[in-house]
Amino acid sequence: MNVNITSYCSIKKNQVYLNGKIHLAIAGEVPFKQFTNQLYKTLNMDYPKFFKLDNLCKLALLTTEFLGINENITNPERTKIGVIVSNSVSSLDTDYNFNESIKERKNYFPSPAIFVYSLPNILIGEICIRHKITGENAFFISKEFNPKIFCNYVNTLFLSQRVHGCIIGWVDLYKDNYESFIILAQHKKYSNEKNIFEENTLLKLYKGE
Amino acid sequence: MHNAYVIADNIISPLGFSTTDNYNNLLKSLSGIKLVDDQKIYPAPFYSSIICSDEIEFHFDRLNAPGIYTRLEKLIILSIKDAVQKTKIDAGNEETLIVISTTKGNIDLINTIDDNIEKKRLFLWSLAEQIKYYFNSVNIPVVISNACISGVLALIYASRLIENSVYKNVIVTGADIISEFVVSGFHSFHSISEAPCKPFDINRTGLSLGEGCGTIILSGDRNLSNEAGMISFCGGAVSNDANHISGPSRTGDGLFYAIKNTMEEMRNYQVNSIDYISAHGTATLYNDESEALAISSAGLENIPVNSLKGYWGHTLGAAGIIESVAAIQCLRNNILPGTLGFEKHGVSKSINIIKQSVKKEINSFIKTASGFGGCNAAIAFVKQ
Repeated sequence: MNVNITSYCSIKKNQVYLNGKIHLAIAGEVPFKQFTNQLYKTLNMDYPKFFKLDNLCKLALLTTEFLGINENITNPERTKIGVIVSNSVSSLDTDYNFNESIKERKNYFPSPAIFVYSLPNILIGEICIRHKITGENAFFISKEFNPKIFCNYVNTLFLSQRVHGCIIGWVDLYKDNYESFIILAQHKKYSNEKNIFEENTLLKLYKGE
Repeated sequence: MHNAYVIADNIISPLGFSTTDNYNNLLKSLSGIKLVDDQKIYPAPFYSSIICSDEIEFHFDRLNAPGIYTRLEKLIILSIKDAVQKTKIDAGNEETLIVISTTKGNIDLINTIDDNIEKKRLFLWSLAEQIKYYFNSVNIPVVISNACISGVLALIYASRLIENSVYKNVIVTGADIISEFVVSGFHSFHSISEAPCKPFDINRTGLSLGEGCGTIILSGDRNLSNEAGMISFCGGAVSNDANHISGPSRTGDGLFYAIKNTMEEMRNYQVNSIDYISAHGTATLYNDESEALAISSAGLENIPVNSLKGYWGHTLGAAGIIESVAAIQCLRNNILPGTLGFEKHGVSKSINIIKQSVKKEINSFIKTASGFGGCNAAIAFVKQ
């Protein structure tokens, strides 16, 4: 398959790795909110909507932001960029928050603002809105990062020319535990980076080897 | 490249535990939507289509299944079992993949502390593991959770994998149940209708939720089916509005792109006409309007359209599957069910909404879906 990995970013334990190298780290026990606010500032995002998002979407948006979508996607046709994401906990972090608002009948105030985030693919929607991407979407759930699910499917999308680029990622968050790994893969016409999009490479990059 | 053939299917809903029972009941204009008064689900009575628990137990007991399963897992197992027995495939071997489409899985477990059914089954991968153990599958089932397009997306995903010879057979099952979580959430959005839903109608005021489960088995080898009359996948596409996460696009653009791309793919399969559209038609003001705009923009104003939400309610992760199974039955029988609840045209474009069931020779159809997160999908099937 003629697909290359243009850039990749992972965020875990208050550290950002960009293209395999440590890019930014915050020492000590910093809460998620403080950490993500700091990244938002560092990235000069100017995107007030960010503060309304749930934590899973914040993590997805920040990780994608580091990939340099605007500079790195050379073909302007955003209808042919796909966003394919997977995780293990779905939206359970927000599900528990929503459940708190309905658990007791005397305190029954279901919140639409929380409920809307009770689906994992909302983060794909947020990435699409932020980067004006209108192509193929899919959200998969697996126990752990499984490069096979991505490769099997994303290759069929490239082969049939349904996409010329794809944002592919693992974005997982439950309470204080979180981990993201997102890559930008493009047809080699648009990307001459050295990493080829295939299972072993994907697993290595995910593990940070 | 292989074709992806429909080799078997099943629907489980209040209208029956088989495809035939469900389809026949659609043609009789029966609906599963009833007034439900259950304090455990919602403080006030609401309209919804709920499967009788005793019936699920009755059918499931006959399987003599070892182990303990949740309501949702029982539905999935029953649905897959019924479909598989109409084929020559082995659900567990390495040539076969199971794909599960669900939005909320076992969300009813969120408040239970049950010793027998572990709470970890809230994780969708854990629910998939139960299905893997039951069918003794070599391959780990793939779970797709992509809001209300999950079912259509799962069918597109499966067809693409078969066409590229990644798997020979894919069993696609979609399921969601009615829970306090989901009913409260949709109520908080004010999107639940105070009467049974009325898709595309001038007086529609929202959706009715439903529970259901459906299975379609796709295969690269048509000879694995025990049933006559072959139907195959002939195109599909997914798109995102990139506009708003909880409201459909006001212009219908996103869905229009999914339909347009599907129509382009259909031409590659030498399918040049569309005879029927099975719409998402949730009966919310915005969904139906946006869908009518998309159908009209695609130049399909004259093609017969129906929505089946008036029979089953909106079954979320099951919707795309059970509505596709019904459309496949339409290809086999050449009778289209009417749009139950629809009386007076209530969308701004003049599309051809079918009120009552009609006989029509049809060779192909498009099924559409849209969902939260701005996602849209369309899929097409053709009679061989």
